[in-house]
Amino acid sequence: MNPPRAAWLFLAPALLVLGVFFLLPVLGALILSLTDYDLYALADLHNLRFVALGNYWELLQRPLFWSALGHTVYFVAAGVPLSMGASLGAALLLNSPLARCKPLFRTALFTPVVTTVVAVAVIWRYLFNTRYGMANHVLGLAGIHPVDWLGDPHWAMPTIILFAVWKNFGYNMIIFLAGLQAIPPELYEAARIDGASNWRQFRHITLPMLGPTLLMVGILTVSGYFQLFAEPYVMTEGGPLQSTVSVLYLMYDEGFKWWNLGSASAVAFLLFVIMFAVTALMLRLVRRGEHPDGGPA
Amino acid sequence: MSPRLAKALVNGLLIGLAAVALFPLLWMLSVSFMAPGEAGALPPPLLPAHPGWANYRELFLRAGMGRYLLNSLLVSGAITALSLVFNLMAGYAFAKLRFAGRERLFRALLGALVIPAQVAMLPLFLLLKYAGLVNSYAGVVMPAMATVFGIFLVRQYARSIPDELLEAARIDGAGEWRIFARIVLPLLKPIIATLAIFSFLAAWNDFMWPLIVLTGQEHYTLPIGLASLAREHAQDSELMMAGSVVTVLPVLLLFLSLQRYYLQGLLLGSVKG
Repeated sequence: MNPPRAAWLFLAPALLVLGVFFLLPVLGALILSLTDYDLYALADLHNLRFVALGNYWELLQRPLFWSALGHTVYFVAAGVPLSMGASLGAALLLNSPLARCKPLFRTALFTPVVTTVVAVAVIWRYLFNTRYGMANHVLGLAGIHPVDWLGDPHWAMPTIILFAVWKNFGYNMIIFLAGLQAIPPELYEAARIDGASNWRQFRHITLPMLGPTLLMVGILTVSGYFQLFAEPYVMTEGGPLQSTVSVLYLMYDEGFKWWNLGSASAVAFLLFVIMFAVTALMLRLVRRGEHPDGGPA
Repeated sequence: MSPRLAKALVNGLLIGLAAVALFPLLWMLSVSFMAPGEAGALPPPLLPAHPGWANYRELFLRAGMGRYLLNSLLVSGAITALSLVFNLMAGYAFAKLRFAGRERLFRALLGALVIPAQVAMLPLFLLLKYAGLVNSYAGVVMPAMATVFGIFLVRQYARSIPDELLEAARIDGAGEWRIFARIVLPLLKPIIATLAIFSFLAAWNDFMWPLIVLTGQEHYTLPIGLASLAREHAQDSELMMAGSVVTVLPVLLLFLSLQRYYLQGLLLGSVKG
């Protein structure tokens, strides 16, 4: 058996799986989004009609699509900076020479990441219960009136954001920690000799050296947060008053509750286009912001 | 700031963060041993007055949790085993076997990572429906049998295998399959452990796809079963906490015992996400 033939045999199973169960369905979604595939077509394919961009056009005129997009953008715009800030803060603490028992703290802070979203969302639902939840009890001790965390349309999304930050910050913390440990200690020593304060060291050494890591983590976190689904599904069922319906929640309802698979595919593709545009824009903005001669100032 | 104060501040903040991270999980464990209704008291109790197994008994005897647990073990185990084999073979081929178009094909695979998995879910459901695989274990397992991330991870690691070693084996007349099984796999052991725990955790925690494709209770995995229980038993916090413990504990123990491999994979995978 010659190497090229062997190579294809080694590749065949994985490529077959990815082709049949991913590539083909993605192309299928594109076609599906141009049809009126619904419950009638599910029963009998003869009812299927080609509607060109009709699904997209209708979606863009539906208030529910825009509010779902708004909720998702809210979740991304508030959740990503908070998550990354928490991750960076925790990584800086863990990287500090003053910290004790580092492996223990690292494990403790990372633990929420490996837990099952559904299970911990159920826990949070009780912790943030308006009447007997721990969160309101603690606030009550400080003399603050109880908050209707998951029942008030203004508070439901912030509560879900808080939950997402708690669940996810450990992941990026590990990546930041590795990035911090890769910064040569000589840089800090030289800065200390020059009398630079802690803040100036952070601003002029740590941040620039972490730059590429921050960009990569930012892009990955943004695309992850755009895919909000399980949290509202378990914690609020999209409510109250549809205030936590995300784009994927809309896709799920549209596709698997109402069986409008054509229109749901259009939702999925619009989400993909928006995610792609946002991450590409982030890349461009950062690239343009960099000095051509580069390097930490 | 004096050095002692700084040290107290850093460690104090770390203790506070760790408490926030772990409190919900410890509270879950504690409430799962409380009697029905006990957690609804004011102020909310931290520890059970008379700890007991009643909630767990209820879950396994009446709510079908044992079935969900078995389903989860079966599905996650099958996904881990199969995806391990396929990703190892493909990752090795991309790293060490020469063929025309190798780099282009690999870049195309990486490019596919920008497409969110949910885009494929609607047609995939139709595909499986026409194949008669909706509401079956195969419907959950088959689409997860290979992942771009897994292939990428193996390729990164396998590139460090010296070519001379493989060439020497070829000159000795060893076939490609034999070289893979006898020489390459033993060298890939660390990444096999990493990939295995990654795949298992991802499969265990997966929610959206199993929710779509598993339409009957008898096939529910733990997250799906728990979500459906949570809708029926919204008021029974003690029962739901026991359900959360059953769902979270296996992966938590797995992570704690194989932590080193998991974190290594996380870092390898993020080098050039």
